[in-house]
Amino acid sequence: MPGKLKAKIVAGRHLPVMDRASDLTDAFVEVKFGNTTFKTDVYPKSLNPQWNSEWFKFEVDDEDLQDEPLQITVLDHDTYSANDAIGKVYIDIDPLLCSEAATVISGWLPIYDTIHGIRGEINVLVKVDLFNDLNRFRQSSCGVKFFCTTSIPRCYRAIMVHGFVEELVVNEDPEYQWIDRIRTPRASNEARQRLIFLMSGELQRKIGLKVLEMGGNAVVGYLQCFDLEGESGLVVRAIGTACTLEKISTFPATATHPSNSSPSKDMKDSPQAAPSTLGCRSTHSSPVHSASSRLSQGFSVSVPTLLFAGMGSGGSAGKDAGPLKALLKQQTQSALEQREYPFFTLTVFPPGFLLHVGGVVSARSVKLLDRIHNPDEPETRDAWWEEIRQEIKSHAKSLGCHAVVGYSESTSICEEVCILSASGTAAILSSRFMQDGPLDTELRFEEVVSPGCGFCHIPYDELNIPFPAQLTYCYCCRRYKVPDVLFTTIDLPTEASVTGKGCLIQARLCRTKKKAQGEVNAMAISNLLPFLEYELHTQLMNKLKLRGMNALFGLRIQISVGETMLLGLASATGVYLTALPSPGGIQIVGKTPSDITYEQHISNMQKKINDTITKNKELYEINPPEVVEEIIGSPIPEPRQRSRLFRSHSESSDDVSEIDLSHGKKDAFVLEIDDTDAVEDIHALLTDSPTPAGFYSCNTEIMPGIQNWTSAIQMFTSVRVFRLNANLTNQGLNKIFSDLCENLLKSLYFKLRSMVPCCLCHLNFTVAIPEDELIQVAVTAVALSFDKVQTLENGKQSGEKTPIKAITENDEQLQFNLELNAETSSSSISPKGLSEVGSHPSARAPSVDYSSFADRCSSWIEQLKLKAHTIRRGSVKTTSSMEKASPLPEGRSRSLRSNRSYSGSSVAVVKMTPLSFIPGAKIIKYLGIINMFFIRETSSLREEGGVSGFLHTFIAEVFAMVRAHVAALGGNAVVSYSMKECVFMENPNKNQAQCLINVSGDAVIFVRESELELTSVQPQSATTQTSNGGEGT
Amino acid sequence: MSVELDVFVGNTTIMDKEVYQLWLNGYTVNDAVKVRIEGGVMEECEASAEVLLSDTMDQYRTFQMCERLLHHPAKLANQLLFQIPPDRQAMLIERYYAFDDLFVREVLGKKLSKGTKKDLDDVSTKTGITLKSCRRQFDNFKRVFKVVEELKGPLVENIRQHFLLPDQLARDYAAIVFFANNRFETGKKKLQYLTFQDFAFCAGQLINNWTLGAVDNMMEDMDVDLDKEFLQDLKDLKILITDKDLLDQHKSLVCTALRGKTNVYNEMEANFKNLSRGLVNIAAKLINAKDVRDFFIDLVEKFIEPCRSDKWTSIDMNLYLTHYTNSAHILDTFKHHAVWTRYMGVIKSCILRLYHD
Repeated sequence: MPGKLKAKIVAGRHLPVMDRASDLTDAFVEVKFGNTTFKTDVYPKSLNPQWNSEWFKFEVDDEDLQDEPLQITVLDHDTYSANDAIGKVYIDIDPLLCSEAATVISGWLPIYDTIHGIRGEINVLVKVDLFNDLNRFRQSSCGVKFFCTTSIPRCYRAIMVHGFVEELVVNEDPEYQWIDRIRTPRASNEARQRLIFLMSGELQRKIGLKVLEMGGNAVVGYLQCFDLEGESGLVVRAIGTACTLEKISTFPATATHPSNSSPSKDMKDSPQAAPSTLGCRSTHSSPVHSASSRLSQGFSVSVPTLLFAGMGSGGSAGKDAGPLKALLKQQTQSALEQREYPFFTLTVFPPGFLLHVGGVVSARSVKLLDRIHNPDEPETRDAWWEEIRQEIKSHAKSLGCHAVVGYSESTSICEEVCILSASGTAAILSSRFMQDGPLDTELRFEEVVSPGCGFCHIPYDELNIPFPAQLTYCYCCRRYKVPDVLFTTIDLPTEASVTGKGCLIQARLCRTKKKAQGEVNAMAISNLLPFLEYELHTQLMNKLKLRGMNALFGLRIQISVGETMLLGLASATGVYLTALPSPGGIQIVGKTPSDITYEQHISNMQKKINDTITKNKELYEINPPEVVEEIIGSPIPEPRQRSRLFRSHSESSDDVSEIDLSHGKKDAFVLEIDDTDAVEDIHALLTDSPTPAGFYSCNTEIMPGIQNWTSAIQMFTSVRVFRLNANLTNQGLNKIFSDLCENLLKSLYFKLRSMVPCCLCHLNFTVAIPEDELIQVAVTAVALSFDKVQTLENGKQSGEKTPIKAITENDEQLQFNLELNAETSSSSISPKGLSEVGSHPSARAPSVDYSSFADRCSSWIEQLKLKAHTIRRGSVKTTSSMEKASPLPEGRSRSLRSNRSYSGSSVAVVKMTPLSFIPGAKIIKYLGIINMFFIRETSSLREEGGVSGFLHTFIAEVFAMVRAHVAALGGNAVVSYSMKECVFMENPNKNQAQCLINVSGDAVIFVRESELELTSVQPQSATTQTSNGGEGT
Repeated sequence: MSVELDVFVGNTTIMDKEVYQLWLNGYTVNDAVKVRIEGGVMEECEASAEVLLSDTMDQYRTFQMCERLLHHPAKLANQLLFQIPPDRQAMLIERYYAFDDLFVREVLGKKLSKGTKKDLDDVSTKTGITLKSCRRQFDNFKRVFKVVEELKGPLVENIRQHFLLPDQLARDYAAIVFFANNRFETGKKKLQYLTFQDFAFCAGQLINNWTLGAVDNMMEDMDVDLDKEFLQDLKDLKILITDKDLLDQHKSLVCTALRGKTNVYNEMEANFKNLSRGLVNIAAKLINAKDVRDFFIDLVEKFIEPCRSDKWTSIDMNLYLTHYTNSAHILDTFKHHAVWTRYMGVIKSCILRLYHD
């Protein structure tokens, strides 16, 4: 009996009228956990009942505590007929099971009904008393922390990164059971919601057990997904990275925040780029296609895989470090090879962990679904994923890498066909955080790799490249080889040196296919997939060049399958990595050069493209430092060479090189126009409209080149469904799909125009084909405002007086640079280098930023004023510090609050963001994972404002429920928020619609940095306040 | 090919003030888009008409979803569905409850009944305000009326607390409620020159001085109804015109005080008895509900119009009313000083407000 769950029902408010005669409600509450149910008294004739119940106590196994949600049902008492349900609240009590997370759940939670939506709110208190269980064979895994965040959470330090954990559970979908024919839609929806709650609880527990087995205490980058397989069942699967985390106890000693560390990035470019004198040339490396489809047992077609971009030599890798590196590599490799899958769901890494990046690896496989016969042994699904993971592993190996980072898995299902996809970035990791890592040697080695460019250096032997790639010496350190283009699925490493700003790059593609059944269908799809991937890749490459950039981060390729078409959407953030060579331009070549009008047409297009490139370079501030080209003793005297992509290989490259390019010395990427397709492609290339002035966009966490984020953040979700006409060609479809995405982006920019200058970060597009001739696009992102004036100032400052700035802002960075510049030999151990390796305690606290001193003073005065207000009103709430931390237009809201009395306490503000951090704020506590699943159904679609009205309300309701649950945990924000599933189905003829939404994120408490600094400047006045926020509840 | 579904939901609900106003004004989505295009927002933000349409529809939907909450503004602060910063909430409420002066003049003093609501299309045609907007404004009046009707305590304060309105708007609503409750006639042709603010000012005077709440604020229903006892007492003032001696004495006192101080002395002297009879008769009749309704007509007919035809200035008016009020206290046989002060204080300020030069 290792746990006691206690719940108390306090009150309700805003209840719906259930009795038409009296316009009132006689409400009572059922509290259910497992098979035990308690009831409150009926509170007669009120829409705001005060139950104030006793503590309901459930004595349960901790295994159940992990699996089951607490289920609260609010009902209307009816003397004569059955009691009517008003709605339900599911409470995930997992956050209470971990000592470091939340301690109590207390607050107003929306009462939710799958037919009517939110119907009032209920105030509850939930606590758990957990007894220690030392049983070695226990089935529970209480205490393992879960994080959706794909980096080491902000207030923790990674002691050890153990590696990949995965699990999946299957069940029958209640909606497809025989009983569904006789029960109400409400009962069916609730059965489904409850089942998924149970399944995800079970899944989390099982993963927790695996983590404990590995000796870890946390899962980072936890990604849970649902596959609604229809007839054949319901699969809930999850992957994550097991870690041992240690909480950083002292306040200011946490790892540097991106917004803190980023200012140093700009100025870092200059000292590093300056000594770079080795000039090299590059051409494009085309993707490798190891396309071999094979049929496996049952039926499955596996479609292997694209390996993207650069890889290359370690041949001349490092002078003294050579053998050391090899040794180290061997050791790390052996450590990793012991693992089944050396995969990591992380996208951001602790300093020094990520050594080299090879490129993107991905694998897809087409499967035919069949009924899951035995839910307890989900072997088939396991085997499917195993197959794919093995493939990924071997791809990584062929890239000379022993690990895959930024790893993720997804599915797309249409009827009985299912595409399983996995992708990640092949990489070489340091053994520092791994179990058997040789710690001493590793430190010595660490110094050699410069943080700004090290990860770009190719991990593979130059002589054994599996495909032709153009390698040059790194433009930063000039010592190691780098590829000309780099594609990755991870976030831009904070220490990477980047020139200019980045931007969102998308490749969109539609392919029609014939309607078919069973194996024929699966075969057709698997035949189409390689082409789809190839074209997406080409589009990405073209668009990247068009923007004058050379690397993609956060690449995510989504392929969605419908009955008559396949949809591909690749999103990534393009940047110009200083370490990589400058990309050449794009050159168009006609097939029949004799025709004059045709030539004219081509030269027009060429001009357009060149103009666009120039414009883009200006827009994204890409002015790489000019390197002296021909240096005596240039290590690789390469002939000018242009590799061509696109259709025909008949022409020799000599013809091409005749035409000189406006983009000067750099070699160009050649587009050959030999058919109308290519013309269309080029048009499509040019139709991407630039972001309006003041806007930037990316799908990664942060945008290089932008600092000074203000506290203004706006998370949003936008969904569009587009109906197509029948009989469209591939071209037509492409255009429609592309326009759909473009228009959606335009709408977003317009909506958020009041936040300019701002950046849309973590733009996450999800496409689906809900039914024939429908395309659904859903976007979740966050808009962050930044301070333009300050950016300019900083830029100037960094240009003029780099050293001073570097000392005040981030001293260890400079020390590192100096070291590099001085070319210290690898064997000497500099103490500074050592200190940089660990997370630098108190690196930030003592540095005083004078520019913001005035701000701080004024905010301190503000705070005093606020305190005065609170005292005058005589109400001191525990939540007050959180309210203060909220970013509302401060001055005004305060004055409003003081002279106007809103009846009742106003709702605490909860921020939501898909990012792992909140600009200008410090996360001081993680309260647990939020993982919620909702179904909403209506049979009065028109009355609820049509499909748009229906979905608008539902999404708003989901947000409201997430916020309420976070607030009840004592939090004031959700980070790493994502909407993983949004399945929308409609039947306008029947006036019906149904939608399923799954969201997740990490509930946290954050404190404004201005308030934190306050503690160090004015400890006596502010300690009470921060500690208040620190303890949370 | 068509966009079947198009929604945008922000964690903080995004609301455009301009679109909100268009929605409040009862524009259809298409009309609103036209207005916005003319407003030049497209060039400013590099947007297309399509984007504008999508944005407008989305905003309209948001407002419609919020409207339910705006009917009970206190709910807006503690609902969970929309996260709206407090200053935005205040803006939403204030604008929702704002009304057109043109419109309110049409319904001021009318019973806030279904019948009146049915006639709103006429009001809409007459004023050029969309029917939708008329309905919203009318429903606001009615809603405030219904809530406040049942409440104890000062009227303005009740409105402010229940509807979270700024002070001035709460006062205006108090005037509307007060007029509707007492059914003051404001629509006659002779009263057309008066603005809503003229009436609102008078309402304020009446509420503050002539209602039960003006004397004792622990009473129920105090601010909406006139103090019956006071109205009864007003009948006693009749002595000022029925007793001939008193009337003459009053006249001579006023004339002495005003001699040489005004350009319209002669006209004043000639008209004194008529004017005085007019004002005292109004007082004496106020006990009848029907005459209360005609209060403003009577003031205009019996006092303001004669003065205006004699070309009095506001200064003349002020001077006259001051001395007229004060002189009565010197009269030996006149005993009703308290009632007189309470009556004339309001009458004087109302007349001065209603008298447009």
